[in-house]
Formats: sequence, C-alpha cells, structure tokens
Amino acid sequence: MKPGHGEVLIAEGDVDVAEDERLLIEEFRRQLDAGLWAAVPMTGGRGKREARMIRSFEDIPRDAERVIFFPRAAGGR
Amino acid sequence: MLLALAATALVALALLSDLILPRLAAAWARHRARRRRTPSVVYDPGRELRAEQRARALLRSCVNEEEWAMYRDLGFIRVWGAQARRSADLDRSKDPPYAYLIYPHRPLLAYVPQTNRLLNEYCVAFPDQSAPYGSELLPDSDDVLAKWMALTGDERRVISTANMHLPGRQLDPAQVTRDLWRLTQWERARLRNAGGPQFSTNIDPS
Repeated sequence: MKPGHGEVLIAEGDVDVAEDERLLIEEFRRQLDAGLWAAVPMTGGRGKREARMIRSFEDIPRDAERVIFFPRAAGGR
Repeated sequence: MLLALAATALVALALLSDLILPRLAAAWARHRARRRRTPSVVYDPGRELRAEQRARALLRSCVNEEEWAMYRDLGFIRVWGAQARRSADLDRSKDPPYAYLIYPHRPLLAYVPQTNRLLNEYCVAFPDQSAPYGSELLPDSDDVLAKWMALTGDERRVISTANMHLPGRQLDPAQVTRDLWRLTQWERARLRNAGGPQFSTNIDPS
C-alpha cells in the first residue's frame, strides 16, 4: 500500500523455486527493515476472514497467495 | 596618493576577510538553495482516484462478502473484538461483548453491540514515512484495510499503539449512533433478503 498509488506489486514468485524464494525473502526483509508491517489475509475458523500478522518469512503459510505490506501503525491525533 | 589608498584598501580587505568571507559563502549557499530545483509532487485527482479504485479492489479481495457490502453501503466496517471472537468460539450462545467500527481516516470506535454504548475512540494512523507521492495518507480503502488487518491480526498490538480517547473527541456520538442504527437496519434488510430469521432491536436512532 502506497499513498497516491494504492496497491503496488513489489515482487512475485514461486516459493517452491529456490531462486524465487531467495528473492522473495530478500524483498520481505527489505520491506520489514523499512518499517512496514506484513499481513496475510486468510480464512480462519468457521470461514471467517481475518489477517495474520507476519514477523518472519517462515511465518508465511506456504499456500498464501500474497503478503500485504502496509505502514506501521502509529498513534493518531 | 592613489597608490596609498589602494594599499590601505587591500590591507583593510585582508583584515576583514575573516568576517566577510563566511558571510559571502553563506549568502551564496542561500542563493543556490533558492535556485535549486526540488521535485515537487502536485496533487493529481486522477491519480488519487485510480489509487482509491485499486485500494477498493484490494479491500474487497481481503474481507468477506458481508464486510465488503457493509463498507460499500454504509461507509464503515464492523469488526468484532478479539475477546468476542474467543468467547463466541467457546460458547456460541454468548453475545460478543464488544466490537469496533472502522471508518477511513477516523479513529477506531469501540462499542457494545448489545446496548450500542460507545466505549472509546482509538486514534491510529498508518503514515508512510517515506512519503514520496505527495501525501502521506493512504487511500481511504487502504486505510480501512490496514485497520482491518491490524485488528483481526493483532488487536492488542494496534490498540496499545493507538491513542485512546473518550467517545466524542473526533467522531460525533450522534452520528455514530445513527450509523449503528443504519447498521441494524442494513442487517435486517440482508436477513430479509436472505430469508433468514427476524430479530428485534431497542436502538433509538435519535
């Protein structure tokens, strides 16, 4: 998510392909190092839609279609 | 005579150079700074509109059908509190104790669904610190999605980050009460259209 842009594709690849996975891990770390939060929208228990906050690449479900990065929350006025 | 004056001027300049040169250098730097071209990003309504359209599509793909319809029709999304979800999992006969209303670029509002009593406003923002696009505000639907993900993913974390205020600081309680009444009517209509059971409410929109 970017102001003035909305959704921006950062990287894509197949985690089952070693080269793709390496690039995805690098990009994932770059985004977190930039201070962004990461989340994976998923279907939880009883079909409820919810997000899972991701803190490391290993936390991402292998079948996740996407990881969404968004600015870190801050106290507002 | 002229030679003497010139020599005196040169000596005076040499003696004053310690004072004059730094001022000249600073003036030259200011002049260059004023002349320097800085990248300016002008507000582009078309770009903002396209961003909002992309954000709506992303939001729609993440939340469930009911939440999307709620946002489309009413302009906000209700999210049950985490404790509510847990207690509902344990005992489905129990009513959820609290919920949040998510408005774009407004505080999260916690309330009690059974009574519609307003609990707190949680002021939280998702500022883009890099802000290279002219505005540090996310599109409305992205802001709603960020709040939705933060609340459903780690409610405790986002609430502890937010600044808590009593209801009425930013959101007009009368307007929120009206929104809750609209939500009730909206859910009734959905139930009617789905052929589901009717339920009553004691909410007074006034």
